[in-house]
Amino acid sequence: MNWASWSDFFAMGGYALYVWGSYAVTAGLIVMEIILLRGRSRAAVEQLGRHGKGGRT
Amino acid sequence: MSQPTLVIGNVNWFKYASPQAFYPLAGTMMPWFAWAAAVCCLAGLYVGFFVAPTDHQQGESYRIIFIHVPAAWMSMFIYLVMAFWAGVGLVFNTRLSHMMASALAPTGALFTFIALWSGSLWGKPTWGTWWVWDARLTSELILLFLYFGFMALQAAIDEPRRADRAGAVLALVGAVNVPIIYFSVKWWNTLHQGASVSLTSAPTMAATMFTGMILMAFAAWFYSIAAALHRARSIMLERERNSDWVARYEGTYKS
Repeated sequence: MNWASWSDFFAMGGYALYVWGSYAVTAGLIVMEIILLRGRSRAAVEQLGRHGKGGRT
Repeated sequence: MSQPTLVIGNVNWFKYASPQAFYPLAGTMMPWFAWAAAVCCLAGLYVGFFVAPTDHQQGESYRIIFIHVPAAWMSMFIYLVMAFWAGVGLVFNTRLSHMMASALAPTGALFTFIALWSGSLWGKPTWGTWWVWDARLTSELILLFLYFGFMALQAAIDEPRRADRAGAVLALVGAVNVPIIYFSVKWWNTLHQGASVSLTSAPTMAATMFTGMILMAFAAWFYSIAAALHRARSIMLERERNSDWVARYEGTYKS
């Protein structure tokens, strides 16, 4: 085990800013992409009802 | 327009080149890749933080590698796949190929940004600088601009077929940059280190570090496939909303 305690873990041997800065931004961007993907998918399906063939029949 | 055929062993491999055949297939595959990505990511983070030892030179700062290297690999690989689909679209005039190229670009740009961001945060404690204009970093920044350029060009042209073709030419020309990124650390004197992992020799890093990195690379790989399929499905519905096959998907959105 690398870490004596949770605070030891979060301190990252003094490199907390760099390590957690990398991981936090990566996680944030991926969550953002998933939200955008879902929004686009929802909008694409919803527009079928308004403008697509389905809406005209 | 008649679809081209490629029949090998009684299977027409271009069957799935039509959006109406690919849309449900992509929908079936997507969750599997998403779950595979989540499992690999959790396993990779566990190995990366709790199994892999502290680096004797860099201390804990090296743990950025588990994000940086997979993101950098994906940034280049996604570009090559994007350029491949763009080329297929130009040659065979298959509309799904262009949709795949468009679907890959934002995820490729995302990983390129992550590679640059994590590299910058790794550079500060190890090199003493956030950024340096060496060949590796500069060519990776150009890759980010190529992704942005591809997306901006496609967005700027209203007619989808013309947007596809213009984007495809840009994607193919820009592909020259990928080997430049990859070999930059050999061709030029760079502050960025050379490859620790290659296909021709054993990795020059501890086995558990390597395991964590490969698990994260698989996570990035599976995530990219899931994200590209997800986006491709939206693009199919957006572009083909006036065709008959799309109508049956009305009201099918599930979160």
